[in-house]
Order: sequence, then structure tokens, then C-alpha cells
Amino acid sequence: MVNEKHQWKAWIYLAPALALLLVFTVWPIINTFRMSLLEGYSGLKAAAGESFQLGFGNFEKVVKYRRFLACLKNTVLLCIWTVPISTLLALLIAVALNSIKPLQKALQTIFFLPYVTNSIAIGMVFAAMFNIVGSFYGTENEIVVTAGIINNIIEFFGGERVNWINYGSTYTANMAVMIVYIVWNALPFKILILLGGLQAINKQYYEAAKVDSTPRWRVFTRITVPLVSPMLAYVIITGFIGGFKEYTSIVGIFGETMGPPNDAGRLNTMVGFIYDSLSNNSQGRASAAALILFAIILVVTLINLWVSKKRVHY
Amino acid sequence: MKIVLQNLTKIFPSRNKKSGEEVVAVNDFTFEIPDGKLIGLLGPSGCGKSTTLYMISGLQKPTSGKIFFGDDDVTQLSTEKRGIGLVFQNYALYPHMTVLQNILFPLQNLTGADKMPKEKMIERAHGAARLVQIEELLDRKPSELSGGQQQRVAIARALVKMPRVLLLDEPLSNLDARLRLQTREEIRRIQKETGITTVFVTHDQEEAMSISDMIVVMKLGVVQQIGKPQEVYDNPANLFVAKFLGTPPINVFSGRIEAEKLYIGDDCVMDVPGAEAQEVTVGIRPEGFVLSENGPLKCHISNIEVMGRDMSVVSTHPASLNASVRSIIDADHMPGLQQETVRYAIKPHKIFVFAKETEERIRFEVK
Amino acid sequence: MANEMNVMQVRKYRAQLARQGAGKVLFYVGVYAFLILMALIVLFPFYWMLISSVKSLDEYRLSVPTFWPRVILLKNYVTAFSTAKLGRLFMNTMIVGLVSTLLSLVITILTAFAFARLEFKGKELLFAALLATMMIPGELFTITNYGTITTFGWKNTYTVLIVPFLVSVFYIYLLRQSFLQIPNELYLAAKVDGTKDLKYLWKVMVPLSLPTLISITILKMMGAWNSYIWPRLVANDDAHRLITNGLRSAFTDTTGDVNYPVQMAAVALVSLPLFLVFVFLRKYIMTGVSRSGIKG
Repeated sequence: MVNEKHQWKAWIYLAPALALLLVFTVWPIINTFRMSLLEGYSGLKAAAGESFQLGFGNFEKVVKYRRFLACLKNTVLLCIWTVPISTLLALLIAVALNSIKPLQKALQTIFFLPYVTNSIAIGMVFAAMFNIVGSFYGTENEIVVTAGIINNIIEFFGGERVNWINYGSTYTANMAVMIVYIVWNALPFKILILLGGLQAINKQYYEAAKVDSTPRWRVFTRITVPLVSPMLAYVIITGFIGGFKEYTSIVGIFGETMGPPNDAGRLNTMVGFIYDSLSNNSQGRASAAALILFAIILVVTLINLWVSKKRVHY
Repeated sequence: MKIVLQNLTKIFPSRNKKSGEEVVAVNDFTFEIPDGKLIGLLGPSGCGKSTTLYMISGLQKPTSGKIFFGDDDVTQLSTEKRGIGLVFQNYALYPHMTVLQNILFPLQNLTGADKMPKEKMIERAHGAARLVQIEELLDRKPSELSGGQQQRVAIARALVKMPRVLLLDEPLSNLDARLRLQTREEIRRIQKETGITTVFVTHDQEEAMSISDMIVVMKLGVVQQIGKPQEVYDNPANLFVAKFLGTPPINVFSGRIEAEKLYIGDDCVMDVPGAEAQEVTVGIRPEGFVLSENGPLKCHISNIEVMGRDMSVVSTHPASLNASVRSIIDADHMPGLQQETVRYAIKPHKIFVFAKETEERIRFEVK
Repeated sequence: MANEMNVMQVRKYRAQLARQGAGKVLFYVGVYAFLILMALIVLFPFYWMLISSVKSLDEYRLSVPTFWPRVILLKNYVTAFSTAKLGRLFMNTMIVGLVSTLLSLVITILTAFAFARLEFKGKELLFAALLATMMIPGELFTITNYGTITTFGWKNTYTVLIVPFLVSVFYIYLLRQSFLQIPNELYLAAKVDGTKDLKYLWKVMVPLSLPTLISITILKMMGAWNSYIWPRLVANDDAHRLITNGLRSAFTDTTGDVNYPVQMAAVALVSLPLFLVFVFLRKYIMTGVSRSGIKG
């Protein structure tokens, strides 16, 4: 079957894709390694004819850089809060959806809605909901016009208003807002996948469990969760990968300052750090950070796979 | 524990909402299953046998009628409270649990006074495994087992909680021919040993005949006949039952009764005292033919298949409603079959006469 | 005596039934309550966006919020449209979205066909290598690509928004899977009839893979609509700015005293097209997404 003519033809079909991939995928991979290993590499300086020493200086600098460590901390914190919360909530919602008949389709559509939104645009809505309009500088002469709907709700239930994202807000409050927003954003995909997994489970397992008088919670923990565990693993892995690349949802809420007005960059993430380095023309540093991000994602994915191999049944 | 089915009826709403036609899956089924017996529900697909089983299990609720376990009315009781064991057609073993975990699972669900310590559960599980002879497989996952082994595990899982009633849905249909033979004897043995009232569903008449204490033959939701297997075989109530039981299947002819004599085509086969003159359908079991030089039924031989001890004579008869007439005869008679035609005498208790329209049995005295 | 037994039996039976019924009702009440509460939480931001977008600034700033606007002020939308220059942004995004989707489909179809049906040396290896690149975070490419397009002189052009993302390994993978499900006999039969590869591809494989192609189209369009980082980096001039970037830079302030009604109106306008697409093509989006795992 394979003859010279066929070979030649196949490569014509592949040519456009391969040409683009060569320029925009393969070369960047090589170049990233190259730049990361040239100490203090900068595109501008390179254009001016400067030469750079070979070494691990970029990595060393990045790891020791306080702002990078802050970005790493933000990213990791967001991951370890949002992935479990969104996965658990999505699982509960999917299982609940799977157990009902009337309204199932309508509710499923509602739960999918956040997926078809622009994370910057809806981030602005969240910001509006959390924002306190008026001056709120933590001084006695503060004039609050409206405390934002979330604070209104909190006060309605007898709580105290919180300065979520404004001038002088705390890191914890900022993070809480981000977690709420990211979880809200992450639910639809997870629900979709998990519900698909649940609907694929053979009904006979549930009938068999019923015959054996299995209580509902035991059906959930012993049958449903193990049988949907491949989907759970998938959702968790993609959740972590997405979590480590978090960036735009923060821009959505805080704008490009990546933090409240009095502390710009407070909520910056790994990806944000890479772009900042790029805009400073420190391509060496950006490359090193990108490779570190890649390594972290790789390790986390491998750990996830390893755990799920032990945990995911069949 | 006896099971009583009282006027059991199940109607499924039509799938096509516009036509609005309902499907009567089971129609007015009344029967008392005696304690400790093995009952086979038998019929072609769509006859309502599985629906009946699922109603006994409680996984489906009857449209009308009642179900009693012993003296308890369980009609509205949900499955989990009925204390039954059910073996599914494709076993429904939990794929993520080992064999032991599968068998233990029903015991771990017991609550209140029934709750037992872990050692006792494991002991019981081993007991059930011993009963179905799978003790050496306890640590395996279902995917590592053969079909026959999975079947045994499913039975063990159903038996381990000592159910009041054991239900088997087409238990042998996923096994190959040899395993099927072996497993059905196994099921018989286990049922005898435990003495649990057992109902099983099958479309395979041989399977039902071979192990059941009683069989229930169903067609399109209606019970055709209930009885001991041999009784039903020897004394079918109608043409459907006669045709459904027996391999090779019964030979069917069109015939008529005139002046208390039964004719198949032009051949006057036998006297039927007391039977009214009418058009009839005649069934003759393959083993009901006897070679006889002056026999009344004359057939043209088309083929002879010798199968060791017996031979099967394939012939044609103008009044036959099947493509061919098949008789099973002792192979010793082989030399007598050189000519093109063969004449048979008929064993009177192997011939059944049915009214042509109703297909109901016409009874007459056999001399 | 027997009668008495029977009465007790019936009592026991009724009690069991009652428990059974009550448990079921309670369970479903709980399930529905949970689902509806969660649905309300999911919907709330949309509701808040819509009602805020038609409030007057004074009404929005009331310290006790109104849950239904007193006066419906559609003027906010007009203001939003002109403030953010949404017209230009919509047009830019449509141009980039349509052109890049079209070109991307052509490239994806050709490549997927080669991997699914044609024979050439190193096919498996090359495909595995392509799949491997999916693991790498996109930021890693951006660093070099930024330099590359600057060298090419593509900054602030439509080209820079279209060309670097024309090849998506994921879409190639998706379409190849769908191509592989078409029985090879069809291809061989077409060969016997003397059909040219390209004609077979266009007449048989493309129509048979239409659902996948529609999913890809929608995801790609959504991608153009939602892309932010790269456009901001390379085409941040008025002539080429895309919608998300334009929205963000038109309303830089998120905190403090912001004219939220107008901002919410702008957000609603930007969200609307995606919602319409979702309403009409829900099935394709949901199947596409459930196979992807990548947003946009």
C-alpha cells in the first residue's frame, strides 16, 4: 500500500499544519530552553549585539525572586482551594441531577451557563457584586454609598460587611472572592463530565444494590463514586492544570493591577509573572519561569495519575 | 416460603405517545409457587416472563394484582425490604470490588438486629463461596473471571444473605453450551441444598425442563400452562405449548376429524372417539413415530441423519405444516429404510390434536 | 386468632409502607432544594448584571439595593456601546473569528485526513509528538512567538491574531477520531471508483463528520471571543483590539466609584452573542466540550 507517490501526497496534506507548527510551536520550545539557559537574556540586548553566558542564572534568580514566590503561593493556594471545592460541589450536583427526572434538562442547562461566558466580562460582574461604592479607606470619615449586593446579603443575615476587593482589603478577603469566582466558573465543565460519567453507569448496579437493601449513602460511596472515579480523576487533573494557569479570572475581577488599588500585583500568578517578565523584555527570566511552570504541571499531573492509578477502580 | 401471585397485571404505557397503544406485558397472572421449589418461567422474548420476575423482585410495580411472600402482602413494598436475592442476566458484579467484597456487600447493608460482626460476615461469605465452589477466586476482580465463574459469584452474592426468595434472570444465557449444561446442574444442586424458593426466567425450554420442579409457559403476557415439566411436555394445553417444548420440535400437520376418525391429509391415522367433526391441527412428537409396514401415515424420505444410537428420518408429507417431518427412531431399523417412502404408525400418547381456529387441545379417549 | 394475626400483619405492612413513602418524599425534597439553591447561585450574577444594567446610577448607588429596577434605563446600553466603542470591537472580533475559524477548519481537515487515512513513514511517531505538545502550557510558546511576530513586523495587524493559532493539535485529534470511525471500506470503494482523495474527503468524510466540525467551529469562535492575553500583548491599538481586551481597557477600574450600570450594560452586550450561540447550538457545544476539557 505504501508507495512513494502516497508518501509524497501525505506530506502535501500535512504541509500547512507542519509549517505553522514549526514556527509557532517547535521553534518556541527550543528557543525557550535556549533563552532560559542564557544568563539574563533579553531580546532588546540581544538585538543590540550583546552576548550572554551559558548557565542556570535565570532559574536561580526566578526561584529567589520574592515576587515569583508570591505568585507561586497565590497559584498554589488557588489550586488547593478551588479544585477540591469545585470537584465536590460538581459531584454532588451531578449526582443530584442524575437522580431526578422532571426539570433535569432545564437545570442541566442552567448549570452549564457559566461555561459560555467570558471570564473577564463576568469577572467584572462579580467585582460589582463585591465592590463597595464610595470611599472606604478604613478611616472614620468613610462614606459608603452602597456596600455591594454581597455585603447587603451578609448584612441582611446579620453579618458584618467585609471589604472584599477595595482599597485596604485583606489578602484573605481577596482570595475568598477569587475562590468563589473560580469555583463558579469551573463548575459547568465538571458537572458536564461527571454527569456524562454517571449516566454511563449500568443501571443494573443500582438495581443489584437495591436488591441488597443498600442505603443511599452507601450506594454513593461504594458504587457511584468508584464507578465514576475515572471521570473524577480526569476532572481533577484538568482542574489542576487549569488552576496552575489561572490568570484571566483575576484580571476580570481586579483589572490588570492584579490586586486591590493599594497593593497592585498582590494576587499575581505564575502566568502573570511570565507576562510581566516578557513585558520587561526579560525573556530569559520569562523562559525560566515558563519551564518551571511546565515542570510543576507535569509533576502534579504525574502525581495525580499515580494516585488515580491506585485509587481509580478498573 | 411460598410466593402467591394474584391477578398480577403489568401494563406499560406506549412509547409512542401519539398512538397511545399500551403494552400489556403480563395479563392476569395467578399462581402459587410452593415453598422450596424451583420454578422456571418460560417463553419467547416479549412474553412477560422477565416482567413477572421483576415484579416479584419489586424493581417493577404491578399495574394491578397482588404479590404475597408467605402470608405477607409485599405488593407495594420496595425491593430493598423484600429480602430477595436476584441474579441478573449479565450478573451486575461491581467491577471495582473483588469477589469477596462483592459477596460481602449485601451483608454489610444489614442493619439493626440482623447486623453481624465482621468475622461472621467473612465466614458467611466463605460459606457461600464454598457452596458455589469459587473459594480460590475470592481475591480476584470480576474482569479476571470467566463467564461461568462470574455467574457463580453472582449466585453467591444473591445467596449470602439467605434470601427468602431467589430470583434468576436468564442465568445461563451468557454462557457457552458446555458451561450451560454444567451450571444448570449446579443451580439445581444449590437450590436443593439451600431449599430456597427459586424462580428463574429462560427462553430455553430445554434448560427449563431439565431443572425445574414446575414450569410456567407464557406467551404475550398470558400464562399458557403451568405444570411439572414432563406433564406439560406430555400433555400440552394448546398448540403453542406443544410447539415451544421439545427438541427437535414437534411435527405439525393440518388435518380433520370426520366420523370420530382423525385424518392427516388423506391418511386416516387413528380413531378419536368422542371428538366432533372439524378442521384440526395435529402435532406429533418426533419420538411418536413407529416404523410399520402397514402404518397409516405415508411419507417420502428426503434424508436420514444417523446420530449414534438414534437416527433422525427427514421426510415430507403433503399435509405437513413444517418444511419437513422429522422422526427419531432407533438406529437398528436402518436396514429397513431402503425404499423412497416410509410408513409410520403413531404412538397414541405422542399425538396431540388442536382446534384449527383456537389452537386449543381437543381431548379424546385413547384406547 | 388467625384474624388477629392478620390484623397485626396489615398494621406492620402499613407502617413499613408509610416509612418507605416518607423517606422517598424527604429525599426528593432535599435533592430538589439543593439543586434549585445551587441553580439560583449560578444564575445570580447574570440576574444582577441584567438588572444593574438598566438601573440609573442613583438607583444603583442606593444603600438598600432594589431587586427590580424602578425605571428601566435602556440608555445605559447606548452609552456603553459608544464608551467602549463596541461596534469596532465587535467587527474586529468577527473578522478575526470568522477568518481564523475558516482557515483553521481547512488546515485541521487536511491534517486529520492525512493522519486518519493516508500512509506515510513515521506517521505514528509524528502524531504522538503532536499530542505531546498539548501538555505544554501555552505561555511557554508565547514568549518566543512574541519575538517572532515582532521580527515579522506583524504587530497590530489582523494577521497576528489569526495565524499563530491556526493549528490546534486538539482539533486535529478530535477530527481524526471522527474520521477513523468512518469505515475504511468506504475509502477503498471510492478508490476503486477512481475518486480522487480530495473529492472523497470533501464529499464523504466532511459531511459524515459534520457534528465534530460544528463543535470545532463553535469552540474556535468562542476562543476568539474570549481570548485576552495574546491580543492585549500584540494588537492593542484601536484598529485591531478584540472585544474582551477592549471591554477590559474601556473600564479599567473595577473598584471604587464606578459607573456600574453602564459597565454592566457593556458586559451584557459582550455576553449576549455567546448566549445566543449557546441557546441555538447547545448540543454541539456540550458534546464538543465534554470531549475537550479545554476552555475556549
